Amino acid sequence: MTDERREPGRYDVPLDVAGPDVEPALRNGHRRTARRAAVGDPRDEPDTAATDEPVPTPERRPAAPAPATEGAGRAATAPRKKAAPKKAAPGRAATGSAPPGGPAVADRPGDPWDRRVAGGLAFLRRRLSGDYEVDEFGFDPDLTGAVFHPLLRLLYRDWFRTEVFGLEHVPDSGAGLVVGNHSGTVALDALILSAALHDQHPARRYLRLLGADLVFRMPVVSEIARKTGGTVACNPDAERLLGTGELVGVFPEGFKGVGKLYADRYKLQRFGRGGFVSAALRTGTPIVPVAIVGGEEIYPMLADIKPLARLLKLPYFPVTPTFPWLGPLGMVPLPSKWLIQFCPPIPTAHLTDSADDPLVVFNIADQVRETIQHTLYELLERRPDPFGP
Amino acid sequence: MTPGDTSGAPGVVVVTGVGRYLGAHVAARLATDPRIQRVIGVDPTSPGPEVTDLLDRVERVRLDLGSLGGLLADLEVDAVVHLALVSAPDPQHGGRSAMKDQNVIGTMQLLAACQRAPRLRKLVVRSSTAAYGASFRDPAVFTEETEPREVPRGGFGRDILDIEGYVRGFRRRRPDVTATVLRFAPFIGSTADTTLTRYFAQPLVPTVFGRDPRLQFVHFDDALEVLHRSIVEEHPGTYNVAGPGVLSLSQAIRRAGRVAVPVLEPGLSGAAALARNLGFGRYGLDQVDLFVHGRVVDTTRLEREYGFTPRSTAAAFEDFIRAHHGGSLLTRGQLAAAEQLVLEGIRQVRATMEERQ
Repeated sequence: MTDERREPGRYDVPLDVAGPDVEPALRNGHRRTARRAAVGDPRDEPDTAATDEPVPTPERRPAAPAPATEGAGRAATAPRKKAAPKKAAPGRAATGSAPPGGPAVADRPGDPWDRRVAGGLAFLRRRLSGDYEVDEFGFDPDLTGAVFHPLLRLLYRDWFRTEVFGLEHVPDSGAGLVVGNHSGTVALDALILSAALHDQHPARRYLRLLGADLVFRMPVVSEIARKTGGTVACNPDAERLLGTGELVGVFPEGFKGVGKLYADRYKLQRFGRGGFVSAALRTGTPIVPVAIVGGEEIYPMLADIKPLARLLKLPYFPVTPTFPWLGPLGMVPLPSKWLIQFCPPIPTAHLTDSADDPLVVFNIADQVRETIQHTLYELLERRPDPFGP
Repeated sequence: MTPGDTSGAPGVVVVTGVGRYLGAHVAARLATDPRIQRVIGVDPTSPGPEVTDLLDRVERVRLDLGSLGGLLADLEVDAVVHLALVSAPDPQHGGRSAMKDQNVIGTMQLLAACQRAPRLRKLVVRSSTAAYGASFRDPAVFTEETEPREVPRGGFGRDILDIEGYVRGFRRRRPDVTATVLRFAPFIGSTADTTLTRYFAQPLVPTVFGRDPRLQFVHFDDALEVLHRSIVEEHPGTYNVAGPGVLSLSQAIRRAGRVAVPVLEPGLSGAAALARNLGFGRYGLDQVDLFVHGRVVDTTRLEREYGFTPRSTAAAFEDFIRAHHGGSLLTRGQLAAAEQLVLEGIRQVRATMEERQ
């Protein structure tokens, strides 16, 4: 942690070194110290992540300027703090065996590309030698932060122009159950929600998504889901995550929500058996309803070929204006405008004893459902043109 | 008077399966405990050369589990440790049917003998986390209460379910006997030789394409410690025994400096069968299921009741790597050196370019 304090000065280009007669290696501002050479790897991926940070431009987010800028300001420092202890033990040990004399950091510390190259290499080395931590659900923050979130950032920020409101309703620490509406034929909304929440929430919280078991049946997809923090939607997992103070994201509509026709857009489907409510009640976790507008237009589902779906053992087989006509091109989501609104949390701490009372559970599920539905209508009024700016 | 009367430790202990690695080590360890008067090792075959010198303080009886009844009564046995389980079919010793004979029928016979042993106070049975089966709807972490959602495809998993069923029946019939069931994660360590250690010792390691299971290991020495405590202390019930923490398979392979070779799942089952038939490798559906689903258990109950925390999965695996570093293709040092090399190269190219300007 002592390194962190020196952080701000690290990439300053020193004004006093650039004498013309200095030997070349030192002239371009590379301050070589024993300490830095020993530490070896630079502040790898957090730096790239920080430079890729969504710097909220005021014209993009007119509604929530103050919390957003604050979020980004902290965002620059938060990942470093997180990353430092994580790789302290194995990472340092590994680089300790590196040739001691060689300069550890690429030249020109001020140049972002140098840092990116160095960060990328360090990331690769870490991945290839297995020097990262995975939690018991398979969540890999290193990979999520360095690969998946930057990709999703392009999607939610630049492609969908997502605006997020009501982030103050998401707790800064401790457990929370975020309950949203599901939509869009392909459940991109869950991924967008988790990436946007992590980027824009001041505490940079990870959303641990609960997914259908179909997700975990599919090779590759299942592992991406686990590595980004997802797990199977079942009460033991939900309660375990909530019990350890995680922020859990759940979409109780399930496939009924994702696979509904475009004609039914923004009409909440049935909320299953309310298992999410009993998980929240058992752990006394507040429920944060969230309404997501924009997901319905990305793959507008015009028809569902049920026999083909049965044949492929899928819950539905979508026909959209572009799929399957355009083949792989039909997989490109339409660039709709997204609005995400978090609603005030519903406290459940006083209802811990009623977790097995179906009436209480159904009432809360209904309350959550109503809240999301009303907020969806409000957001839709604010967004007259689904593909607007 | 037996020494066990005061300390809670039993006087006479029977250990089954002393001809095998785990049984021999447990018997040897119990024999060094001064609280235990006699340790009797039972095995139908004479122990292999690699374990015989461990067993010089253990009384050995060559006996089939079926004829154990007389022994338990005659020697006034206080405790039985049942370790004679086979985790993978061995084509040289009868294959799957012999494995099932040993696991299921052997356990039935042992429990039948135990039920008729009047002095018996303690029964410790080795089980496995394979008892949780493998299903896509499984929770990420199994607690002792989790019921398997699907009957496992692999023979060992099915045997384990049967064995635990028989122990449940035994508990009902002999409530006066403290029955401990230990569900062990796969053993690993510097000396242990198991299907999984042989798997990780190869330079090229086959994996299932598109799957990166979460694995847990328990260090062999910690497993011995838990077994020892189960005998000398009172811990009725079922316990998960695993190192806290998780390694994903790809991570474990990389840490070991091996190279993963992803194989499509149907291909892997076929390849495993082929390898079995050719006589090398003993991978079965048990291993394929493990490598598709992964298996992570909650060890809170063990830590609370035993007051003992096994070393973490990562630490146990580290110990294994240290003993098997010979086969690694890609070490950390090499990777770090490569990284330095690239960085140095970039720096030099840049320096020369700037000098030209």
